[in-house]
Amino acid sequence: MPASSYRSTYWQGFREGLPFLFVITPFGLLFGVVATEAGLNLFETLTFSVVVIAGAAQFTALQLMTENAPTLIVLASALAVNLRMAMYSASLTPHIGAAPLWKRALIAYFTVDQSYACSIVAYENNPDWTLSQKVTYFMGTVTPVCPMWYVSTLVGALIGTAIPSELALDFAIPITFIAIIAPSLRTRAHQAAALAAVVLSLLFSFLPYNLGVLVAGLGAMITGAQVELWTERKKGAA
Amino acid sequence: MDGIDKTTLWTVIILLGLGSFGLRFVFTGMIGDRPLPPWLLRHLRYTAVAVLPALVTPLVIWPTGTGGQFDAPRVIAALATLSVGYFTRNVLAAIIGGAASLYGLLYLLG
Repeated sequence: MPASSYRSTYWQGFREGLPFLFVITPFGLLFGVVATEAGLNLFETLTFSVVVIAGAAQFTALQLMTENAPTLIVLASALAVNLRMAMYSASLTPHIGAAPLWKRALIAYFTVDQSYACSIVAYENNPDWTLSQKVTYFMGTVTPVCPMWYVSTLVGALIGTAIPSELALDFAIPITFIAIIAPSLRTRAHQAAALAAVVLSLLFSFLPYNLGVLVAGLGAMITGAQVELWTERKKGAA
Repeated sequence: MDGIDKTTLWTVIILLGLGSFGLRFVFTGMIGDRPLPPWLLRHLRYTAVAVLPALVTPLVIWPTGTGGQFDAPRVIAALATLSVGYFTRNVLAAIIGGAASLYGLLYLLG
């Protein structure tokens, strides 16, 4: 494999990670602002984003700490918000499990919604990719996304103002994720899984700490798997 | 505001960091290249199309930007993103289509 094809996989990942700047920047700015308002200094705010690197969990922890919740409750709640990361980890394992431990650790640290979503879709679209290409692509998606999380957190903490809500940037999150997923709804099983996720996530939205996402996600994965089995059986019978 | 106790803050930052890393590393790190059973792989194939729609659907129906109020431009923009993405199979086209319909509708209806 020539070096140029690694470079091109890296840049492909980089390009496909770029649109997420519209998600990361406002979200990071907002975290910087909210953390500063809660009394955290620059160093504490930035360290929070570098060490935890998970927006929704950081907001949850910060919110509960300002309410003086017990430390154990803060940790349990924020980790519950992050439980989907374990599902991402499982889903990435068949693709990058053969990489050296240090690379897997690096990928684990940088596993966020954005890098996962880009990578898993790219892996499915490029089944001929080598292990190195898969790792390189992942690091490509991370390059615009994760450093920007740190930088925008810092900028938010420094300037103390978030992006005005009239810009509707809250909606960058749904739009970018729907855009990533829509092209991969190519089989009945994928469509059934996504539809089940939509319905279940609304039904279970009453659950605290994003746990509805987890229940809906699991239900939708089972739906996808069952529809796949059923389709195979029908094909076998025909 | 009393501010957050510094010991609590650092305990949370460090343990939450370790815990989050643990969740992200649990399968990639522990299983590595050992083969997974077919039934599990069959479920894992649908992780992305299951978890990501589950994550965004509540944000579409009850958007944070409107304080949770149902908002027609946002729902239509989400559907536009889905259709453009599905038919063109192009992520960037879907994002542009979704953003254009969101801003267009907010401008027309706002």
